[in-house]
Amino acid sequence: MARTRKRGVDYSRWGYFFIAPFFIIYTVCSLIPLASTFYNSLFESYRVGLTQVGPNYVGLDNFAKIFTDSKIHVYALNTLILWICNFIPQIAVSLLLAVWFSSSSMRLKGQQFFKTVIYMPNLIMAASFAMLFFALFSDGGPVNSILLNAGLAKDPIRFLSRVDWTRTLICAMNFLMWFGNTTILLMSGIMGIDVSLFEAARIDGASPTQSFFKITMPLLLPIFAYVFITSMIGGIQMFDVPQILTNGNGSPDRTSMTLIMFLNKHLASRNFGLAGAVSVLVFTVTGALSLVLYRAMMSRYSLKGSSN
Amino acid sequence: MKRLLVALMALAVLTSSVGLFAAPKATNGGKVLTIYVWNDEFQTRFKDYFEKAGLVPKDVKVNFVVTPNQDNAYQNKLDEALLNQDKAAANDKIDIFLVEADYALKYVNTDSTLDVFKDIGITKKDTEQMYKYTMDIMTNSKGVLKGVSWQACPGGLIYRRSVAKDVLGTDDPAKVQEALGTWDKFDAAAATAKAKGYFMVSGYDDTYRIFSDNAKSPWVDKSGKIQIDASIMRWIDMTKTYTDKGYNNKASLWSPESAAGAGKDGKVFTYFGPGWFIDFCLAGWTKADSKGPDALGNGSYGDWAFCKGPQGFSWGGTWLCAAAGTDNKDLVKAVMLKLTCNKETLVSIAKQKGDFTNNAAAMAEVAKSDYKNAFLGGQNHVNFFLDSAKSIDRSNMTIYDQGMTEEIQKAFKDYFDGKVTKDKALENFYTAILEKYPNLKK
Repeated sequence: MARTRKRGVDYSRWGYFFIAPFFIIYTVCSLIPLASTFYNSLFESYRVGLTQVGPNYVGLDNFAKIFTDSKIHVYALNTLILWICNFIPQIAVSLLLAVWFSSSSMRLKGQQFFKTVIYMPNLIMAASFAMLFFALFSDGGPVNSILLNAGLAKDPIRFLSRVDWTRTLICAMNFLMWFGNTTILLMSGIMGIDVSLFEAARIDGASPTQSFFKITMPLLLPIFAYVFITSMIGGIQMFDVPQILTNGNGSPDRTSMTLIMFLNKHLASRNFGLAGAVSVLVFTVTGALSLVLYRAMMSRYSLKGSSN
Repeated sequence: MKRLLVALMALAVLTSSVGLFAAPKATNGGKVLTIYVWNDEFQTRFKDYFEKAGLVPKDVKVNFVVTPNQDNAYQNKLDEALLNQDKAAANDKIDIFLVEADYALKYVNTDSTLDVFKDIGITKKDTEQMYKYTMDIMTNSKGVLKGVSWQACPGGLIYRRSVAKDVLGTDDPAKVQEALGTWDKFDAAAATAKAKGYFMVSGYDDTYRIFSDNAKSPWVDKSGKIQIDASIMRWIDMTKTYTDKGYNNKASLWSPESAAGAGKDGKVFTYFGPGWFIDFCLAGWTKADSKGPDALGNGSYGDWAFCKGPQGFSWGGTWLCAAAGTDNKDLVKAVMLKLTCNKETLVSIAKQKGDFTNNAAAMAEVAKSDYKNAFLGGQNHVNFFLDSAKSIDRSNMTIYDQGMTEEIQKAFKDYFDGKVTKDKALENFYTAILEKYPNLKK
């Protein structure tokens, strides 16, 4: 007995040691805060001046308050609009670029250069990017000077006082920041597809469009679903660009205020009860949507073909 | 391994308990003087009149913690630090913090500020020349003075001389005052200015302070209900009319557009503000070369003058508060004495910086002297302020004023821009306020 115990070192336990750091850090930095958000959402707790009010247990009052007093549906709709209008062009351009870059028949030159360049905007902080746009498109900014000098406009266009322009600018910024990242993700997905499939299709006389819809897309589905869902989560949590561009107001008339900007408004007054309730709602919606979308998309992807 | 761990833990417990029980509450001799501010206005005064006079002890380091005012950022940071004051390391403890009129009351009625007389040791005689309102604001409900200021902030109308000649036919302050002495006359002049290609005011918020300061009721009543004074509604209606008729440049206060309006090619006729606005804001905006001389010919510098305008008002003001828990009490006292009580210093600040300082004797002296403000084309504008400084009454202040001011300006910008109706703007204002101050009622 003693001999076998000495000889048979139980390596299986080491696995737990190796993954332990992640779980410890996750618990401390993510799980506990998450649970405390749920807990906080049940209390009335805020600060007025230097006086702390609460925490007083109020049950689900904070949730009720959000649905009755605030216009959360408007902010949800804003968020959706701002996400959709950058996601559609983003996925279209990224797919096109990914197919081009990975195509064995096109052999584009200078690929490395372009891949780096399109990824660049993502390296700039969203805040500085938004500040830049704020300066460029302000009433007396360079864009207006160019338009006025070129005779394209009679009076300065007040971009940030208009709903359409403000939203367009936010979408444009998000598009610029993220299409490079998406392209690279999709490209890695496409490169994971067996090249012989494309070659076979070409020999069989399939057009590029046909091979895109019949081969690339179906086999790209898992990566595509991943890109779609992570982008959606990012979209729901969007706040940095509009926050800086509109000074946290979602101006004009709160039409560019996203859910998280609304959350920030409560955090600014240290209203942890209401902020917690908003967070819980956002969390629930995000979780539910991700699950539904994942199921819906993956139901069309069959693993039968690849497992053999 | 285990033994080491136990030893470490024991050590940790030991050090923390020693830290808890043995920390002596030193009120003097701190090596760092920590001052919380939101811009460099006080910083330059501190450097020019305190540090240069050699009053900072050699072994003391002065640490300015700067957080911008906007969106209550400064207050939030300050609150956080004040609530942690007891636990903070000696060098991080706040010694002095500055407060602005818009939220001064928030700190006056707390234990975070020290009694200027009893705790700091400044005497009644030191403060006897201060304008009464500057002390009223900082006096809490028990009659304890919690802060002092180097400035008093009666405001007036600052106009561009060359435009005044074109629009009114004169740039003499007395005659301009005659021509713009009431709001009706001001409106009439605005129409003339517009016809000649000028903007009467820069934008939406420029006249706000006149109406908010003349409001008859505080922003919040005793029961916590938000009330919008008739005077504020008048600002809204006037600004809407001005915007629709093209009398203003549609700029927001503190925006680059607003600053550009005062520049060399700017078309803005008038700005409203107190002494600090002239010196600390407008003068800088007018210079074409920011590092160039403060003289006529550099942008529109020197092409300005000052008069009382259609309605007297006051705007802002900065007070020094000694933070409870400071470890530099004597130094704090020295700073307060030198920068807010010393007549010579206050005369110099007025003459060199163009500030209207918080010392009646000093101001009377400057008013009588041959002092010439270069920015105002050589005018000695202090005279205009003397009476209005004495009549300032800020008894309507609340702790919510900054939030109210920012949010009403933001909400009604959409209305002035023609994006929403007046009712919708009002609704947006209430929404934003209730987010900021959940304890209030609509």
